[in-house]
Amino acid sequence: MDKPDINQDDYRFKIANREALIGIGLVLFNFVWWYGFAYGLGTKDPSDYTYVLGLPSWFFYSCVLGFIVMIILIAVVLKLFFIDIPLEDDEEI
Amino acid sequence: MNWQAIFPLLLFLIIIFAVGIWAGKYVKSTNSFLQEYFLGGRSLGGFVLAMTMVTTYGSASSFLSGPGTAYNQGLGWVLLSMSQLTTGYFVLMILGKKFAIVTRKYKAVTIVDFLKERYQSKWVVILSSASILLFLFSAMSAQWIGGSRLIQSLTGFSYMTALFIFSISVIVYVVIGGFRAVAITDTLQGVVMFLGTLVLLIALIIAGGGVPSIIADLAEENPNLITPFGSNGDLTPAYVSSFWVLVGVGVVALPQIAVRAMSYKNSKSMHRGILISTIVVGFIMLNMHLIGVFARPVMPGVEIGDTVMPLVAQQVLPNWLAGIILAAPMAAIMTTVNSLLLLVSSTIVKDIYLNYIEPQARESRVKGLSMWITGILGIIVIVMSLNPPDLIIWLNLFSMGGLEATFIWPIVMGLYWKKGNKYGAIASMLTGVSSYILFEYFYPQPFGMHSVVTSIILAFIAYVGFSLASGKSIAATTGR
Repeated sequence: MDKPDINQDDYRFKIANREALIGIGLVLFNFVWWYGFAYGLGTKDPSDYTYVLGLPSWFFYSCVLGFIVMIILIAVVLKLFFIDIPLEDDEEI
Repeated sequence: MNWQAIFPLLLFLIIIFAVGIWAGKYVKSTNSFLQEYFLGGRSLGGFVLAMTMVTTYGSASSFLSGPGTAYNQGLGWVLLSMSQLTTGYFVLMILGKKFAIVTRKYKAVTIVDFLKERYQSKWVVILSSASILLFLFSAMSAQWIGGSRLIQSLTGFSYMTALFIFSISVIVYVVIGGFRAVAITDTLQGVVMFLGTLVLLIALIIAGGGVPSIIADLAEENPNLITPFGSNGDLTPAYVSSFWVLVGVGVVALPQIAVRAMSYKNSKSMHRGILISTIVVGFIMLNMHLIGVFARPVMPGVEIGDTVMPLVAQQVLPNWLAGIILAAPMAAIMTTVNSLLLLVSSTIVKDIYLNYIEPQARESRVKGLSMWITGILGIIVIVMSLNPPDLIIWLNLFSMGGLEATFIWPIVMGLYWKKGNKYGAIASMLTGVSSYILFEYFYPQPFGMHSVVTSIILAFIAYVGFSLASGKSIAATTGR
């Protein structure tokens, strides 16, 4: 069977590659935030914990605020850096 | 007999059948059966895309065992579960538009299709089909058993009856409706999961006298429950972080998830899909595991983890509402099972039968065959579920790690690294899966991490090493 022709110079692949790199960047940021707050604030005697909205602050910042921050960040990134391109070779946008 | 639980369940099943029949119309009228049946004609919009990704991923293990483990481990397990937020955006971003474009050019309908065109190797096809059949079949059985057990505990039916109800309802709509039926029911069930976990969490907080009082009760019982380290202090940062690979970034390599990254209609649906799936997956995971933790002071002394969620729902909610809420874990299981069933069927029909047995099969024959195989597979799973093994979560995690170690580099590197070739892919698959199984048996948690991490690293070395060593880059044909 003949292989379909994939032209690696297709302009769309440059955009796609950049978006994939942004994805990796977001995961790294997400991880650092999650790890930093959880173990930064959580590694001490529980009797010394501070609380936000009733939750231990390590948990609030890492899991609750971290979640909200990621949503906002992703929304912004999608708006600013993700580009509408046709996926079919003959698709109109 | 618990009619208040049976009624919502029944309603649920009726809606699902209706969706199956409606989607079946598309299957009947399409002029490209394979694309429609196994990929919904690549026409998913953002919302449906997001919901089908999230619900396929969130399964029995996360919906029953997850809250159960959180109940025993405390907030540390909620922390671990939040690594799954990644799946909401990472899969669609990393496979991204390149995957969508390339698979369209290849006319690929399955992951194996993609690998076949990319590597042009019979062995890649055989290895990848074999690991899909092996791992997904075991995952599917585990989920199937989970579904039947849940119906059993909710309704008071016998296991056999429950298994029968569950099986018939899943098999019928998948067989007639294909991928489109799966995606639409996933969406409805995703909404149930989203609202269900929210209502239950709120009811639980009220029953527990507010968040501060619940946390104080937990700390009084065992201060470790409110630390990131688990009830015995044995959840180390390295171990918990390694779940970012297993249930976070590694998910990109699960065939049932990756195949969805080729099913969307256009760039706009992808963008919307990313945002919605991040919100939904984070929300469901957070709520669901918090329910597990908060249930502890409200209802102490639950011994079997998997029953925490059903029991607590029945305690803090009026009966009729509990019935509706408990459709949520039911939904979680069904949505995973239906996708697995269809994927295993597509592997047999498209990747094995059409490749090696009868390449020139007529459309009508493929159609009949696809439906028959989907149906027969369902029956085989039922037979296997008659004598069910225990511990859903471990069976399920085993298959997850195995698939990730097998597929991650052949898919991701195949997409982005033009020097990758079939030798690299074959070496990577074999190294990944065999090292994973060996580690799991003989040396679980190397370096304090889940063994999937080391296997994925070894698989990467194998991929790059063998691709470079075999020298002749096939990039000339696949790439520029």
